[in-house]
Amino acid sequence: MKFRQTVLSSVLAASLGLGVSTAQAEGSLSIYHWFEYIPQELLDKFAKENDVEVTMDTFDSNESMLASLKAGKMGSYDVAVPGDYMVEIMAGEGLLDTFESSELSNFGNIEDQWVDVDFDKGRKHSIPYQWGSTSFMVNRDVYKEDIRTTDIIFNPPAELEGKINVLDSQGEVIALASLHLGIPQCTQDRELLKSLNALLQDAKPKWASFNSDGAKDVLVSGDAAVGMIWNGFGAKAREEGANVEYSYPKEGYVVWMDNVVLLKDAPNRDNAIKFMDFLLEPENIAAVTNFARYTAGVKGVGELLDADLKASPEANPPADAPAGTFVAVCDEETQKFYDQIWTNLKK
Amino acid sequence: MAALAPATPANPSPVMSGSAFDPMRRRLLLPAWLMIGFFLVLPVLMMLVYSFLTKEFRGGVIWEFSAASYDQFFFDRGLFGDEPARIEWTYITIFWRSIVQAFVATVICLLIGFPTAYFIATRPDSTRNIWLFLVTVPYWVNLLIRTVSMKFLIRDNGPLNEWLMMAGLIDSPIHLINTNIAVQLGLFYSYLPFMVLPIYASVERFNFSLAEAAADLYASRWTILRRVILPAVKPGIIAGCILVFVPSLGAFLAPDLLGGAKNFMIGSLIEEQFKGNAGNWPFGAACSMILLSMVLLVLMLYARNQARAGVQ
Repeated sequence: MKFRQTVLSSVLAASLGLGVSTAQAEGSLSIYHWFEYIPQELLDKFAKENDVEVTMDTFDSNESMLASLKAGKMGSYDVAVPGDYMVEIMAGEGLLDTFESSELSNFGNIEDQWVDVDFDKGRKHSIPYQWGSTSFMVNRDVYKEDIRTTDIIFNPPAELEGKINVLDSQGEVIALASLHLGIPQCTQDRELLKSLNALLQDAKPKWASFNSDGAKDVLVSGDAAVGMIWNGFGAKAREEGANVEYSYPKEGYVVWMDNVVLLKDAPNRDNAIKFMDFLLEPENIAAVTNFARYTAGVKGVGELLDADLKASPEANPPADAPAGTFVAVCDEETQKFYDQIWTNLKK
Repeated sequence: MAALAPATPANPSPVMSGSAFDPMRRRLLLPAWLMIGFFLVLPVLMMLVYSFLTKEFRGGVIWEFSAASYDQFFFDRGLFGDEPARIEWTYITIFWRSIVQAFVATVICLLIGFPTAYFIATRPDSTRNIWLFLVTVPYWVNLLIRTVSMKFLIRDNGPLNEWLMMAGLIDSPIHLINTNIAVQLGLFYSYLPFMVLPIYASVERFNFSLAEAAADLYASRWTILRRVILPAVKPGIIAGCILVFVPSLGAFLAPDLLGGAKNFMIGSLIEEQFKGNAGNWPFGAACSMILLSMVLLVLMLYARNQARAGVQ
């Protein structure tokens, strides 16, 4: 399925002319990015301002990006855009270069809460790109009761059974399931792991499908009445006319942050630094936020956002919502159990 | 070889003279051998080697021999890996599911493909190509697009259901999306021409005076089909079945898009090992090797059958 997404996104990229830029540029910059996550105009702007040729390849999951880089793509890209836990993994694998904060003139623009993050202490490898949450949306025509509970996904009421789409994403599904049970994300405790396994096994017959890239589509088309989704993607589903509401469950929800990282062996390190600096400019990163409907981690973006985005229920958790939880990085010994649980779920 | 080279231009028909021809033939076959070596033997060897290496955490391999991948495939040691080894049904189930699915798709393709091919082959020469053209036209569109379109057609509020309800044939939508029926529909639609075309080629070569002769000898229509036509077009049918069965076995577009990706297929299981969270390259390679061995086995049985038929 991820292969399909890759095909889709590369077809899309080709048809949009991504990666095409000025004919005779001074330098070049090679980006490895998520699909549909940066407006083409912004790339053009960077290319023009700095007289560089910008090329971009896209990926559809943190894991497939890591696999591709490890399979020999290191040295062909300057920057990539991994999620929080993947920054930590990539740094651990020695795939990231370091920079000094003084190299970025806009380093000070990073919002205070995102300067010293657990997945990259002191921001040695990465800068914030966008952040948001992963939870789920419910079609309010189908279900009118309280939706602020993860029971909707893992212990659904009868009228929602068989109408639930979950993300085809091991990390986020298992993290949300762990929050539902109130257990830690990386545990070796056998009873807890067994209960997690049992929860997922019991819930699966009540789910209709696993789909990530179509997570918005199934909600808009009505194929699913409940869909696990990222908040910005969910905002798009609502804007496309579905009567869906995003839930901030009382048990908790997943938060994530995508980050621009400097890759080791970057062929154009100087341009990579320029690009990161460019993305810390409020005006530029606001363009990304307006496009992707998530939230930037840069000061001074607020007033540059579309009015409807500022007020969107997806981007503004209710006052009584708990804080979100990042997906944890487990060690090899522990991860083995979770991989096994995921395989059990999909066998 | 060098001594023979100048002789070649002097000899106008080197193909006819056995010994002079051999080195020449070898040279001419070189591109083919290179192709096979580079695109077939080398990748398969790499896969074989990788399947016996040690997995590295989060993708990649450590260059140490290990049979852990095959062990993981066949033996179950429980969620925590310390129970006594039992037979692991997980992966066998996944393979079995894919095989059943591919088998059903093949049977459906055969049931619809054979009459279609027969129909086309018995049209007059002038219209035959138009029919063939009609069979192949949809296949100029990318498989992904066709599968997604199928999803649009059969969803609960899609055109198919709306039309059936408008026509008064059903009262409420038939729920097809995310079911096995939808997967079969996708597979059958994807691979039908692979069944039609080889059978068509066989039926077209069939000498219909044989069927007439059988009819003159009071054979019923059913008997003619069973005893005269089917044996004659059998090679086409077998070729068609293989061409449908093998790609259906590894298919994951239809199961993912139309079946809801709720269960792994062989294809998605292997993909998960390389691109998913598991990141277990040796295990992915081992699954591929097991799949390859199964396909080879089927093809070898076919080849042996063919050889036997040839002797008869």
